Amino acid sequence: MCELAGHREILYLHQNVLKKNNQSAEKNRTLFRNLLAINLMSAPGAGKTTLIQQLIKHTHFRSAVVVGDLATDHDAQQIRQTEIPAVQVTTGNLCHLDAENVARAVGELELATLELVIIENVGNLVCPAMYHLGEDLRIVLMSVTEGENKSLKYPTLFKSADAVVISKTDLAAAVDFDREKALAYLSQVVPQTPVFEISARSAKGIDAFHAYLAQALEAKRLLRSLSI
Amino acid sequence: MCSAVTLALEQVKAQGRSKIHRIDLSVGELSGVVPDALMFAFDVVSAGTPAEGANLHLTTVPTLCYCAHCHREFYPMSLIYACPHCHHLSNDIREGKDLELVSLEIS
Repeated sequence: MCELAGHREILYLHQNVLKKNNQSAEKNRTLFRNLLAINLMSAPGAGKTTLIQQLIKHTHFRSAVVVGDLATDHDAQQIRQTEIPAVQVTTGNLCHLDAENVARAVGELELATLELVIIENVGNLVCPAMYHLGEDLRIVLMSVTEGENKSLKYPTLFKSADAVVISKTDLAAAVDFDREKALAYLSQVVPQTPVFEISARSAKGIDAFHAYLAQALEAKRLLRSLSI
Repeated sequence: MCSAVTLALEQVKAQGRSKIHRIDLSVGELSGVVPDALMFAFDVVSAGTPAEGANLHLTTVPTLCYCAHCHREFYPMSLIYACPHCHHLSNDIREGKDLELVSLEIS
């Protein structure tokens, strides 16, 4: 069939391995063109689901949530208690969401009626850094119980973030969390990234975060109206 | 790793060949890929495919930043991206994020 069969040949490709995911992410971007999509990333147990519940309680946005987990739909059930549509993506052994499984999940939502789609990524501070989902904002959570130096230990994910949330601030005193130290590390690793300090339990700090999202949605709408 | 091997297998199939002898990947320092983990995963993922037993060569691409203050590019010395000329901190990353399949040796 091929006269070169058996002969070794070098094929130069220079192909981005993540190209497929990036192409799917672009398609998602089109799906999300009239709403704000945020990708929430953190270690397991940092309080993503609780933050989402609190955010939904305090917001007037028409929202929906996509939840990624290795197994179970506990988080989606918890979010549905707030009467917000939630789609669970069970990734099996995959340690992150990719653009394609997000596309499938948002297919179950009435996107035209929504203003905010919150994507709760699989609890992991490594792999989600590589996979863009077509989101507008990448938000990394670190809880006070994890210590001050998360940003030094996982700089790649933090550097990919548009905003950082320090969560569970109501527990700061109980775990001797050194706030100044944590903020100093963040200002070195991610010097220009806004940081929000939130207690989802008491709702302290949620207003500022909410205002940040509202502003981002407003800015996106404005840009869109200008480009048409 | 799955994506890289899938891409390589697609290519060897498209060329009507049956064996991959060598795979060259360039790995950005900030790509999120850990070279040791990649090497380990490669053996598992490539088993039973035309890529089984191929030599995997990784080249690390260092992080390259741009300093908006003095308008120069620089290679940061640590994860704190301070410009060596003016000491301003930068978050403008110009290189080092990608994972690229550079070439394949096939037959």
